[in-house]
Amino acid sequence: MLKKEDKIFQNLYNEFGWEIENSIKRDDWKDTKNIISKGRDWIINEIKISELRGRGGAGFSTGLKWSFAPKEVGSRPHYLVINADESEPGTCKDRDILRFEPQKLIEGCLMAGFAVNAHVCYIYIRGEYFNEGKRLQVAIDQAYNKGYLGKNACGSGWDFDIHIHYGAGAYICGEETALLESIEGNKGQPRLKPPFPALVGLYGCPTIVNNVETVAVVPTILRRGGKWFASIGKPKNTGTKIFCISGNVNSPCNVEEEMGIPLKVLIEKHAGGVIGGWDNLQAVIPGGSSMPLLSKKICDTITMDFDALIENKSGLGTAGIVVINKDQDIISCMARIARFYKHESCGQCTPCREGAGWMWRILDRVEKRKATFSDIELLSDVTKQIEGHTICAFGEGSAWPVQGLLRHFRKEIESRCREEPLIKKKSNNPYLVDQHLLENKNA
Amino acid sequence: MSLKKVHDEQPKEFKFSKENLKKAEDILKKYPEKNKKSAVMPFLYLAQRQNNNWIPLAAMKYIANFLSMPYISVYEVATFYTMYNLAPVGKHFIQVCTTTPCLIRGADKIIKLCKEKISPKENELSKSGNCSWMEVECLGACVSAPMIQINDDYYEDLDEKSTKDILDSLIKDKPLKPGSYRGRTNTSPEKKQTINGGNHA
Repeated sequence: MLKKEDKIFQNLYNEFGWEIENSIKRDDWKDTKNIISKGRDWIINEIKISELRGRGGAGFSTGLKWSFAPKEVGSRPHYLVINADESEPGTCKDRDILRFEPQKLIEGCLMAGFAVNAHVCYIYIRGEYFNEGKRLQVAIDQAYNKGYLGKNACGSGWDFDIHIHYGAGAYICGEETALLESIEGNKGQPRLKPPFPALVGLYGCPTIVNNVETVAVVPTILRRGGKWFASIGKPKNTGTKIFCISGNVNSPCNVEEEMGIPLKVLIEKHAGGVIGGWDNLQAVIPGGSSMPLLSKKICDTITMDFDALIENKSGLGTAGIVVINKDQDIISCMARIARFYKHESCGQCTPCREGAGWMWRILDRVEKRKATFSDIELLSDVTKQIEGHTICAFGEGSAWPVQGLLRHFRKEIESRCREEPLIKKKSNNPYLVDQHLLENKNA
Repeated sequence: MSLKKVHDEQPKEFKFSKENLKKAEDILKKYPEKNKKSAVMPFLYLAQRQNNNWIPLAAMKYIANFLSMPYISVYEVATFYTMYNLAPVGKHFIQVCTTTPCLIRGADKIIKLCKEKISPKENELSKSGNCSWMEVECLGACVSAPMIQINDDYYEDLDEKSTKDILDSLIKDKPLKPGSYRGRTNTSPEKKQTINGGNHA
């Protein structure tokens, strides 16, 4: 359990006020000048010691990412971009940081910006968070008035400006290169990598893209030391994390806890337990909709950190926990997620564009008990044809939840299929090939 | 990718109002001079707000001229993102989140109420003429599910009764306040709350 004094986001529920005066009382903007004067290498090294991993889903080492930015500024300026395009079903942590702890984010931007040689920072907020964006703009203006931003920000000798850019309802813009395309004024379709944004990013310039939560914990880490942060949680999965617990629990909530906390403790202690008791649990989606679900048996013992979840063929993702109890139809839950991905696919790569709709249609058939037994194999085949064959990770994000369903609830799916396959003769051809053509020798 | 229909009746002309022209100048300052194309998204928002919450084709042409970019590029952006309305919507524009976290807490009941009270089909004006509704994907307030967004505001922790009250208030043109409808502080855990008819400590 996380000790009260180790909580980074003290004002997660807005009990103490979000304005700059209140945040300063909570030690925001304390010693900022001194910390920056210790220099770029010290900051990056301290973040490396803290073993902070990105909170946006992939869990990449933040210190390492910052060190990829060119050491010297060449002919092109550097940019810092903050990803606040939080749209993963089950995740709502960044919203609370934007609303209630904006100064932590702004101070983090200044420190991160200095560390990667950037004078300009864009914060990309999803369009639906209009009020949160307005709040953040007020907070930014307050910081400008205090001299914490702008020319010679906070007396550090570093000029730093922050601008807000609103998205407009496209989930794919949470992917870093799609996000950059969107800021440039294009459709949000991901770019091929490499080149990575750290070298060729926004407007073709070196750009570091970080999640809101990642940057917002940076000031506290630098003030209290990387070792302090590394002492919380488990090795390689250090620090604190905001968990969003939604779905069939008695008191859904956002809560900051240490990494590696057992899932059962998290649900029972903070979210008031599963509705109908722990035995009524059917499945849990541990990290936002794109992570495969876990069966109850795994949930009994699993700890919430990157590595333990990967061992169980899932992932921590954004730590948006969706609890599904036995009163729910698991197939219709997953069919709805498949529909989400069908709706949000950007349409650039064929496997994802066609496959996402395909998976949804099959799951929809299963839900309505109209599927045939051959549909199960077909579904599994489609997920494998999408996975790894797309430009960005959206393909995996749409295929993995369906694979998780097939892994843990195959019997449930089979019990709803009614007809024998149309083509009865077994063959070794992949299902995506039109078998009737292959069987006809003259074709 | 959104599938949206452009409205049949289009106004012939569109121009930013004086106030919005000033805002547009401020927006342009955010981006490097040679990359003013970046302003296309904020400009589309400005146009949408100026034109009763929808964007006519004339506005896209105007913005294309303003930013010296091809009209088709503006059209591309306006049709790619779901939050740009290309046809009129109600003065009170209700967006119901129905993605899984909301669904398992009863978003289907809210959809049913919208069909009863506003209009049987999505994106149709209500009888009173001032409301319309649509289903949307995750709005990012999952721990406050089920929830709806009305214009810019989030209405959270809903149930059938509170949704009915909110929809009635919109039809009467006197909208209720946004926020949690179970009276909790933001996203904090509640103590001793009765949920879905069950009683839990």
